[in-house]
Amino acid sequence: MKFTMTVSPDFSPDYIAGWYIFNTWLQNQTKQAIHLELYNSFDKQREDIKADKIDLIYANPYDASMLIRDKGFVAIASPYRKTDEAVICVNSESEYTCVEDLKSGCTIATADDPEVSTIGMIMLEPADLSKENVTIEELKNYVMVAKSLIGNKADAGFFLKEAFDDMSKFIKSQIKPIVTSQISVIRHTFLIGPDFVNNSGICEEDFRQLINSMHESEKGASTLKSLGFERWENQDHEEAEFMIDLMDTLVS
Amino acid sequence: MSTIELKHHDQSTSSREVSDEEVPYPEGKLIVSRTDTRGKITHCNQSFVDMSGFEENELIGQPHYILRHPDMPAAAFKDLWDTIKAGNKWKGYVKNLRKDGKFYWVYAVVVPNVRNGKVVGYASVRRKPSRTKINECIALYKTMLAEEQS
Ligand SMILES: Cc1cc2nc3c(=O)[nH]c(=O)nc-3n(C[C@H](O)[C@H](O)[C@H](O)COP(=O)(O)O)c2cc1C
Repeated sequence: MKFTMTVSPDFSPDYIAGWYIFNTWLQNQTKQAIHLELYNSFDKQREDIKADKIDLIYANPYDASMLIRDKGFVAIASPYRKTDEAVICVNSESEYTCVEDLKSGCTIATADDPEVSTIGMIMLEPADLSKENVTIEELKNYVMVAKSLIGNKADAGFFLKEAFDDMSKFIKSQIKPIVTSQISVIRHTFLIGPDFVNNSGICEEDFRQLINSMHESEKGASTLKSLGFERWENQDHEEAEFMIDLMDTLVS
Repeated sequence: MSTIELKHHDQSTSSREVSDEEVPYPEGKLIVSRTDTRGKITHCNQSFVDMSGFEENELIGQPHYILRHPDMPAAAFKDLWDTIKAGNKWKGYVKNLRKDGKFYWVYAVVVPNVRNGKVVGYASVRRKPSRTKINECIALYKTMLAEEQS
């Protein structure tokens, strides 16, 4: 049997090679054939999830709900101490100092990332802003969001905090954050699907053990490094369910 | 600062200090709590503890009305409970009372926690409300409260 693994399309391009290395490590450890399929579109990936083409996934919290509740996926682990946060930035020379300075009719630059857009829109609510009274400029990636701010095209832009932190000093000197989320319980999670649980010959507990102790071996530790993770941290079923309940309160 | 008597749905009463000082909502944060099916607090996050002014061990196991502000009309909470008991999501603006008598406004979303088809508790996630909406609610809740007391 051949399984398919995928990664939420919001992964940083810096880690593409890392995901291939992780897949090789996983195949060696589990003695299973796993194909890594990477997508650059959230919609196309969702279509394939719905068509039951995916067996293992490093999922964003947005999709985790559908995967766990509708597709019977099981949460295994999240990267240690990594949570998903969003930052709203403006041009560093702009007069905006807080969200409330942004007014109806303003332009917001976003990258195609449903999770960051959700958190970003929530942080705009105190200014009475919503999809109905702002213009959304949807761009390909966060560098383009930054450029839109620097070029004074957009009034504000949404960033994944990690993407903002990784931006060059040069870019960061030209934009400034006006608010950063501190949600701390919403995170990307590694999940396995029912086909993998039932047909890989590895029980869920052994798989969980394998992933969560990955950092203990030299090979595992270097693989994690190529993903930018220190180690995995166990996510049990209730933790994942609770994260989904939380996400549910954030979507309208 | 004045002292008021609050009457709760379970017939108990509490005597609380109330002042007219508002504490601003913490920027970028979510205030999270969970309750059992009867509304007793089972879990809360650090922002919840910080904003309430209570210690965590003073909150866990207590009925959620520990944050009840006298300016809140009973009808708002009746609507909350009717909505979540029917398995639906409730959203609304709530004025909360802190241990020190000060208050803070939140925009709250409350959902049932459904596990294996059964409601095992409820969760509330609050976020920063808009001043416009708060002002609308101040007026609305005043009218509702006056009606309830007449
Ligand atoms: C998950 C959850 C969260 C709640 N959060 C609050 C809150 O923050 N403040 C509040 O006054 N009531 C809250 N309530 C409603 C209380 O249970 C209660 O109905 C309300 O405080 C009025 O109580 P009383 O009429 O007994 O005084 C919450 C209920 C649930 C289920």
